[in-house]
Amino acid sequence: MAENRHQAAGLTDEQVLDMYYTMLLARKIDERMWLLNRAGKIPFVISCQGQEAAQVGAAFAFNRETDYACPYYRDMGVVLAFGMTAKDMMLSAFAKAEDPNSGGRQMPGHFGSRKHNILTGSSPVTTQVPHAVGLALAGRMDGKNPVVFTSFGEGSSNQGDFHEGANFAGVHKLPVIFFCENNKYAISVPITKQLACKSVADRAQGYGFPGVSIDGNDPIEVYKATKEAVDRGRRGEGPTLIEAVTYRLVPHSSDDDDRSYRSREEVEEAKKKDPILRFSVYLREVGLLTEEKEKELNEQAAREVDEATEYAENAPYPEPESALNHVYAE
Amino acid sequence: MAIISYIDAVTQALREEMQRDRRVFIMGEDVGVRGGVFRATNGLYEEFGEERVIDAPLAESAIAGVAIGAAAYGMRPVAEMQFADFIMPAVNQIVSEAAKMRYRSNNDWHCPLVIRAPYGGGVHGALYHSQSVEAMFNSTPGLKVVAPSTPYDVKGMLKAAIRDDDPVLFFEHKRCYRLIKGEVPESDYTVPLGKADIKREGEDITVISYGLTLHFALQAAEKLAEEGINAHVLDLRTLYPLDKESIVEAARKTGKVLIIHEDNKEGGVGGEVAAVIAEECLFDLDAPIKRLAGPDVPAMPYSPTLEKFFMLTPDKVMAAMRELAEF
Repeated sequence: MAENRHQAAGLTDEQVLDMYYTMLLARKIDERMWLLNRAGKIPFVISCQGQEAAQVGAAFAFNRETDYACPYYRDMGVVLAFGMTAKDMMLSAFAKAEDPNSGGRQMPGHFGSRKHNILTGSSPVTTQVPHAVGLALAGRMDGKNPVVFTSFGEGSSNQGDFHEGANFAGVHKLPVIFFCENNKYAISVPITKQLACKSVADRAQGYGFPGVSIDGNDPIEVYKATKEAVDRGRRGEGPTLIEAVTYRLVPHSSDDDDRSYRSREEVEEAKKKDPILRFSVYLREVGLLTEEKEKELNEQAAREVDEATEYAENAPYPEPESALNHVYAE
Repeated sequence: MAIISYIDAVTQALREEMQRDRRVFIMGEDVGVRGGVFRATNGLYEEFGEERVIDAPLAESAIAGVAIGAAAYGMRPVAEMQFADFIMPAVNQIVSEAAKMRYRSNNDWHCPLVIRAPYGGGVHGALYHSQSVEAMFNSTPGLKVVAPSTPYDVKGMLKAAIRDDDPVLFFEHKRCYRLIKGEVPESDYTVPLGKADIKREGEDITVISYGLTLHFALQAAEKLAEEGINAHVLDLRTLYPLDKESIVEAARKTGKVLIIHEDNKEGGVGGEVAAVIAEECLFDLDAPIKRLAGPDVPAMPYSPTLEKFFMLTPDKVMAAMRELAEF
């Protein structure tokens, strides 16, 4: 039997199975959204595919009842781990009134839920980073000291808001986890045209806190690094930058065609390192997953996605005039 | 009632709100130990400590963005932009984030944030310490934009802004800081946002303005009264959303309207005010709507002759008012 890495990282058998199921569910929801898009049923998809290990591994390191998340648009794995459901995702994809993220006002991938401590996000990239710093600052003033997760792509790590937010958090030693999901492309532009330094993690040095670069396709490694960072934050030792190196397995969005900027061979090669397949191999090696159990989990996820899709498709759209609501407090 | 300056009204409002509500805190450049480059936060660091009067790193987008995060958490941050001219790096945070947080989350999240910004010229500040930038924010539903002109309104509106559940951009005319003094009650009071105020009653012409030029209009009105011209002067106070009802009422009162602001003319607040009047009560007018505003040049130049040319004065205002009265 293979070495048990998850127990060494402080994860129980139950937790790793929960992680695996959350990754699987995110993938299944995402795949269904592409089908719905290609069938003309939903206008837009933006994917988490390939990044589920990074997202779920990181999210599991937080206290998901009391900590906060300021995710970016690919983070379906994060928001599912923080308590959102397949139904919530599908209501957003179909832009229905009941969508808890935005009531059908925003495109899919613009997550938000006060109930689950997920701050509402927008489309201009990296604006959520200073918000995460502000949540941590307010949480410290309030005496509750939550740790705050915020994520972004490697291209976004060029934005002023990343640097301004990281500097502020560094100066004030705030418990913020800057989580970069480096999937190697900012839409079509490769990392070589985005950064002159060796890795995104190097950027932490300029702000006086640690930066680590890890294998973002291994949820246990991601969990371990994030847990250490979260613990540092809780001890009052300040922020950490984590660069989870991963790969986007599908085009940027349903409106993108990635054949113009990366070879099929490269994508096929990346698929061999698919984090979900890799994790299932590990779980089988340590005896937690059998063929039967895997089939059962797949069926469970498929059922959840079916039910969510059906519910969301049949749910009512917002009333047209409700477009006028909630500009200011009423 | 005590007579205090415009800037002291700012400080009083901040101090009283911080005493009243532990969630209120201040963040900006030089707001702490220094008490602000204009001294608007003078004494607050000593009274409330560095935790609640935060000297932020010099980065405007973070000042706005961190304040937005804190506001979403449930605090009541008052962020300061040292000069309105320097607000530009924070525009994405203000317009894309603060203003849209409630709407985009379908009322799940909101952002009770105040951003104070000293604006306006006449202080030898040249292009980048003199600008009036309010028009840039005046088509941003979700944001409230205010620009009071008297110490009474400054104190009452700043308190109202801090207690408001939505983001408020609070413009303070920096020439008014020490020039304008007025009566301010010691008791706790607020002045509602979104309401214009009649600062002088008159029957012959209506002047609509805000900020420093409002005072020029009031001075000119006193002189013109000696000539038998009685001006009705409306202070907009809130620039977005506009108090359309009060604007239309004031326009109808005399049928002759002059709109005055220091900001340049084309695309300024005055254009929207004129449109409201044209839409609602064109046939009650006895003269074309007139606008008196700064010239359409990029910003206010430094040399005294150039600055003087750019700035409105009580004389320029009086000439425009007389011309309209004689129409």
